[in-house]
Amino acid sequence: MKIDQNAKYLKSHEWTRKDGDAFVCGISDHAQKALGDIVYVDLPAPGKHYKKGSAFGVIESVKAASDLYMPMSGTIVSSNTDLADHTDIVNKDCYGAGWFIRFTADDPKEWDTLLSPLEYMKVSEKE
Amino acid sequence: MAMSTEPLLSEMGAPGRLGASLPELDVPETPVPEGLLRTALRLPEITELEAVRHFTRLSRLNYSIDTNFYPLGSCTMKYNPKVNEDAANLAGFTDCHPLIPEDLAQGSIELMFGLQEMLKAVSGFDAVSLQPAAGAHGELTGVYMIRAWHESRKDAKRKRMLIPDSAHGTNPASVAMAGFEAVTIPSSADGGVDLAALKAACDDTVAGLMITNPSTLGLFERNILEVVKIVHDSGGLVYGDGANMNALVGAFRPADAGIDVMHFNLHKTFSTPHGGGGPGAGAVGASSRLASFLPGPIAARKGVNRGSGRGSRETSGDYGFEIPENSIGRVKSFYGNFGILVRAYAYMRQLGAVGLRRVSENAVINANYLRVLLRDTYHEPYDRPCMHEFVAEGDVAAGVRTVDVAKRLIDLGFHPPTIYFPLIVHEALMIEPTESESKETLDAFAAALIRIADEAKSDPQLLHDAPHDTPVGRLDEVAAARKPVLCYHCD
Repeated sequence: MKIDQNAKYLKSHEWTRKDGDAFVCGISDHAQKALGDIVYVDLPAPGKHYKKGSAFGVIESVKAASDLYMPMSGTIVSSNTDLADHTDIVNKDCYGAGWFIRFTADDPKEWDTLLSPLEYMKVSEKE
Repeated sequence: MAMSTEPLLSEMGAPGRLGASLPELDVPETPVPEGLLRTALRLPEITELEAVRHFTRLSRLNYSIDTNFYPLGSCTMKYNPKVNEDAANLAGFTDCHPLIPEDLAQGSIELMFGLQEMLKAVSGFDAVSLQPAAGAHGELTGVYMIRAWHESRKDAKRKRMLIPDSAHGTNPASVAMAGFEAVTIPSSADGGVDLAALKAACDDTVAGLMITNPSTLGLFERNILEVVKIVHDSGGLVYGDGANMNALVGAFRPADAGIDVMHFNLHKTFSTPHGGGGPGAGAVGASSRLASFLPGPIAARKGVNRGSGRGSRETSGDYGFEIPENSIGRVKSFYGNFGILVRAYAYMRQLGAVGLRRVSENAVINANYLRVLLRDTYHEPYDRPCMHEFVAEGDVAAGVRTVDVAKRLIDLGFHPPTIYFPLIVHEALMIEPTESESKETLDAFAAALIRIADEAKSDPQLLHDAPHDTPVGRLDEVAAARKPVLCYHCD
């Protein structure tokens, strides 16, 4: 399982990383492997605000559909439009080109409360 | 032996060939205007016999419970007794127009009343409505009733519906359609609802909980009383998803556990056809506090449950209809899928109380027999006695996935179980044999799965390429989902 050491994680397998003044979010390598071939990603429009833990989008593979959860409360700056026609990017490069959303956080300190790479590894290994 | 692919009608026949002979034209011909003629459609030009053979050959590719074992988890693909069809085809039922005056439809209304009473008896609920046309329709009805109950108490802030992650997969959609927010509650290590997580989620914004018991893991919720109490204490109501009722008839009454509202899948538990074989029926039962919110019309007997509701009126017969006082209204035209109600009624009357309990006992015994036959070969994440179904993991060898096992089962003559559900089990195979099957069938199915596990180690390519004996082999599901071609193009 690949881990991005610069990101923090949710138990529900989203990662988030500082990116200038904003944050970027995607799903972990463990999650993309468990889901299998991703066939559809539904992402929000810029300007939408979500609370931490609420669903901001949907991801679908040939096996299952599941919600994507907001790692921190914040406002969407942009979504990864490349994914509309090329969902396989999520399987190939989940920490890079396969990102989902860029957002500004209501409280950037909320990032510190998320799971560290080591803590997330322990959580996902139990599954 | 591989079956051949059946051509499309437009790929058969020859130009000018006809299925019917029309009389000679005896009026002047009026040509179709130039710009309106299309030649690219390639309409079929075939004889009647070619058409008959085409559809007959296609029909022989059907797989059904009448031909083979169908262990599709959570779907309860039990045998649909043919005598139910006889009952449903009686002229008194089939010739009864839905707008006929009640006094001329007494037999049909009495049957509905009798079915409601039997469903009340097996569930313990105060009242039952036969309106909903399917299981998920019943769920939506129940969620509407919960919403209406909170609205009647002016408690508008209750917008969250809790759903355990082992619940039936349609629950979140029903919740979203009713304008609620679905909140997932995780399972504990033994497969039950995580009580600590449930407590933490319960506050004054919770409309209720939707619980499937037994869960889609095939496990009875041992803490059901505690679960219901936690939700009730927070002011929420409890919806029971009755999809898995086949494990419980005559043994456990949902209302006794405090469940407020639940649907019955008549097309699962009570043997009416489904899965392409016929429409469903998702009757809904409710406890005393929700009974007045049920959709109507509900069949009633004069002097019994009559006179309090809106729309009750005297008829010259013993039976009529009423709309409950706080009813959410109709959820279906007329009286639900009436023909299906007749089949369920016939099934319940043939078996009686003792017979229905034996149905559930045998469903549980069959599932446990299969579970034990397979547990040394397929890892079972919750290795404890199951109810009517169980979940195993299909990755029996390196590089082999559940979908490979499922496709190979088709070659060996079996419908694959439900796969990749519930989501909380890695590479899930969800197996529900039902009470209909003999020991020989269960043994043969277990032998097939064990053979596939051996093949997975000795010849994994055999599994990756399966199915081999069908008109088309392994389909590329990823390409179909990413680049769907939804129109047939004539070249």
